[in-house]
Amino acid sequence: MLREIWYTFVDFVRTFGALQLFFVRLIANSPSIIARRGGLVVKQVHNAGALSLVIIMVCGFFVGGVLGLQGFANLSKFNAEDSVGTFAAFSLLKELGPVITALLFAGRAGTALASEIGLMKATDQLSAMEMMAINPLRRVLVPRFLGGVISMPMLAAVFSVVGLFGAHVVAVDLLGVDPGAFWQQMRSTLDPSDINEGILKSVVFGVVASLLAVWEGYNAVPTAEGVGRATTRTVVITAIAVLILDFMITAAFI
Amino acid sequence: MARKKPEMNKSSQGLIEIRDLDYSFGHRQIFKGLNISIQAGKVTAIMGPSGTGKTTLLRLITRQMVPDAGTILVDGVDIASLNQNDLYRLRRRFGMLFQNGALLTDINVFENVAFPLREHTRLPNRLIRHIVLTKLHAVGLRGAADMMPSQLSGGMARRVALARAMVMDPDILIYDEPFVGLDPISMGVIVRLVRRMNDALGITSIVVSHDVQEISTVSDCSYLISHGRVAASGSPDELHNTSSELVRQFMHGMADGPVAFHYAAPDYAEQLLGRDAD
Repeated sequence: MLREIWYTFVDFVRTFGALQLFFVRLIANSPSIIARRGGLVVKQVHNAGALSLVIIMVCGFFVGGVLGLQGFANLSKFNAEDSVGTFAAFSLLKELGPVITALLFAGRAGTALASEIGLMKATDQLSAMEMMAINPLRRVLVPRFLGGVISMPMLAAVFSVVGLFGAHVVAVDLLGVDPGAFWQQMRSTLDPSDINEGILKSVVFGVVASLLAVWEGYNAVPTAEGVGRATTRTVVITAIAVLILDFMITAAFI
Repeated sequence: MARKKPEMNKSSQGLIEIRDLDYSFGHRQIFKGLNISIQAGKVTAIMGPSGTGKTTLLRLITRQMVPDAGTILVDGVDIASLNQNDLYRLRRRFGMLFQNGALLTDINVFENVAFPLREHTRLPNRLIRHIVLTKLHAVGLRGAADMMPSQLSGGMARRVALARAMVMDPDILIYDEPFVGLDPISMGVIVRLVRRMNDALGITSIVVSHDVQEISTVSDCSYLISHGRVAASGSPDELHNTSSELVRQFMHGMADGPVAFHYAAPDYAEQLLGRDAD
């Protein structure tokens, strides 16, 4: 029993170390890929970013709408419904924007990356590249990783902006909060450091989500079952990692 | 078939020399003390019952896997000593045909064949088009240039993969089970293609197969692998007329012989009629 726990622990440490080495190799190969094969990265930004826009915007709008409703319902008990804009902005920019975007990103783009890379491995496409003297890490993994890293902060920004729009539609247009108060309170209480916190989170989550998706796909057992499991693990592990990191970053900013 | 009788010069150094190779996968020893010499400009067949690690051997030769012990020399250079850049330079001399083709599924047939050219050279588009169409014509699939890999049959995919394997004009072409699942017409085409490319372009070919009849018509020298080592080697005629039980069983496809057809199992009658049966 103790022995099994020990082996599991050793296994975890070993995988974690391999993941870090993998991360270093991705980063080390990134500058030359951006410089020489920018087209590959742009294509992946399209795949991971542009194709995720619809889901991000729809979800952002409704999350913002809920913030407008909840904010109005609860703040009006204290006659503070004018603060609903501040409430929505703080929630979206600091927490919900980066976190929900990262979770949606893992579900939409992360799974696509992991299953694509896993299937390329299962059908010998990565070996074939190796045999053509083309490094799959550079040709396949680095552009996909960078595509995710670049897309994620932009998606989080879009999520927050659309969320604010949703909150505005609900609170101002439907529930009758004064638009001047909505915007003015937000502007006077929101600090640049609050926005920086959100940006930092979205960058970190973008790196983590892309890294885990590419890693899981690359290390998938090359069978139908293995690729399926890698896809599932991508979502689960990304969700756990993002929520833990969110707590750590929030704690660091307070 | 008109071709020169191979001169088996066993003393001369081959283009690829495999010496005392050991390799195990998990607890299973796949090779122990394997010795193979592949001569330049010849078609060498590597045969063996399924599960003897023929594909593994190809991956070891190209260092997609690393052996536990022993050396593999290509042109006199130990491939284990190469760094990544030298390894990739060496691999450009290889063309490999994978069992299932291994075409890139997100680009069409033309781009698949053009892929190594686009990655490794800065040739103008006109020239790339020219080279790719020539190679596709050689495998009879010039008309399929615009199709996606998912639209191809297994045999067509294999032929596209062959065009891709030869697009960089390699010195050494490696075929992993090229005859499996082909209809008789494509099979004949591929068999002749293997021979013709070898003779016309001076390529060294390594063919892994368990299709004894087909491989015998093209190979200059065959190695039969069994239980992790070379059980027999020689020209197809020599193998056909051998006295060895194992070689005879394999070459003539007999169920009874040193290689058991049945996987290890408890006694047949006992299992059917025994106590646990009902």
